[in-house]
Amino acid sequence: MIRAEELTFDYERLDEEGKVESRRRAVDHVNLHIRPGKFIAVLGHNGSGKSTLAKHINAILTPTEGTLWVDGMDTKDEEKLWNIRQDAGMVFQNPDNQIIGTVVEEDVGFGPENLGVPTDEIWERVEESLRTVGMLKYRHHSPNKLSGGQKQRVAIAGVMAMHPRCIVLDEPTAMLDPSGRASVIRTAQKLNQEEGITIVLITHYMEEVVEADHIFVMDDGKVVMQGSPAEIFSHVEELKKLRLDVPQATLLAYELQKRGIPLPDGILKNEELADQLCQLKSKM
Amino acid sequence: MLRDITLGQYYPAKSIIHQLDPRVKLVTTILYIISLFVAKGIAGYAVATVFLVMVVKMSKVPFRYITKGLKAVIMILMITVIFNLFMVNGEVELWRFGFLRITDKGLRTAVFMAIRLIYLIIGSSIMTLTTTPNDLTDGLEKLLGPLKKVRVPVHEIAMIMSIALRFIPILLEETDKIMKAQTARGADFESGNLIQKAKAMVPLLVPLFISAFRRANDLAMAMEARCYHGGDGRTKMKPLHYESRDKMAYGVSWGYLLLMAVLSFAQGFYGVMLL
Repeated sequence: MIRAEELTFDYERLDEEGKVESRRRAVDHVNLHIRPGKFIAVLGHNGSGKSTLAKHINAILTPTEGTLWVDGMDTKDEEKLWNIRQDAGMVFQNPDNQIIGTVVEEDVGFGPENLGVPTDEIWERVEESLRTVGMLKYRHHSPNKLSGGQKQRVAIAGVMAMHPRCIVLDEPTAMLDPSGRASVIRTAQKLNQEEGITIVLITHYMEEVVEADHIFVMDDGKVVMQGSPAEIFSHVEELKKLRLDVPQATLLAYELQKRGIPLPDGILKNEELADQLCQLKSKM
Repeated sequence: MLRDITLGQYYPAKSIIHQLDPRVKLVTTILYIISLFVAKGIAGYAVATVFLVMVVKMSKVPFRYITKGLKAVIMILMITVIFNLFMVNGEVELWRFGFLRITDKGLRTAVFMAIRLIYLIIGSSIMTLTTTPNDLTDGLEKLLGPLKKVRVPVHEIAMIMSIALRFIPILLEETDKIMKAQTARGADFESGNLIQKAKAMVPLLVPLFISAFRRANDLAMAMEARCYHGGDGRTKMKPLHYESRDKMAYGVSWGYLLLMAVLSFAQGFYGVMLL
């Protein structure tokens, strides 16, 4: 689905004459391969290059060096630009700044309109997408009156209506309250499981990634760790060095392990920890 | 206080006016504005009032909601009235103080000018309140369509307008927020003379501009990510076509303008009789 080889991107600062004054490497020789239908998470603290990477998948940015393929299409190929953007949709961080329409359904219809989809089909797509994200009853509302989580779900519906095979969510929950966050993540999981859409979730909240199929951890533009959530979160010390948190249950299990309590590695959820502790207790 | 501006805010309701084709509403608004300038004398204004009240009633938009929009322009209104009151020279002097004098003609012009402006704002507010900005821009795009032949970027202009309308409430909210934040840090927007007040606006405008640019940047990116590439090859979710009610509405508005023209002509003919 998505393949990157030696992907590198420099932000250039131009002086007044348009010459390159300084460069800052945001993504540094990244190699990755994402298979269709997976739920992928990209973790990293601020400035680790994860958002820059995300913008490459949608061809908003093109690599300084290396190549990125989306569904076999090179993102540098200008002729394929609109195909790539249709194929890999993108949801951004700020819910207010990505809603174009003044009525929910008009916003969802914006993508298909750009693609030149016939009118009748636009209506079908809009209805279907709004139903999938659970916002159908708000279709005639103004986006300004919705909560942050609802706005993000409208944004997801807007991308859905373009029938992409992959959706990149660039920190979609960073500006939301906990309940809005949960609803957005649930929607993303639902799309992944029910519609088989590949999800690339960029985030720095650990709780959101425990359900992912595969995690990439980025630091300073490089992919420094990758693996399943259980593998990643068994390296508590390394994650701390990367200024990342671990889920509470994992942290507690880790501290208990250090005190000599025999718990297995890779505990991610509160329920798992409770189960393990109960088993230990019954053995005592 | 800043949220009182209703211009450009859609009021959702189910009414005949809401369902009309945006082109009809645009044309009617323009005809109405013309009619206000054609109008002469009490009879003309009475017809204009009746027409406006009917439209407001039919639109099901609460009257208070509409008049909120007037608060924002009260200053302009006052200035116009005062200028007309003192500057227009008539024959019968009603009041005099030094070089200031109010005449019958001045008073009449001032009152009619105020009514004209108020009706103008209410009339155009009704249009924006009952039409979603998307419909509005679609209508404009269609109406101005012929201009494309002379290379006027009609689609782009329509898109700019629709985005501007969408961001008015967001930017107003933001202005409110920044104002409160600056007040909390001791900024004073209320006291002082006009120059001091204007100076006090600087710490408000600078962050507002920066944030507006950031939003514009984000929005452009989001639009590109959703395959926006100008008007070519774009389909419409809500294409416009005239229904019978639209044709009827056209009839009513042209009829109204005709009536106003006749009234104004009669006024000119019979002179003072109709005032």
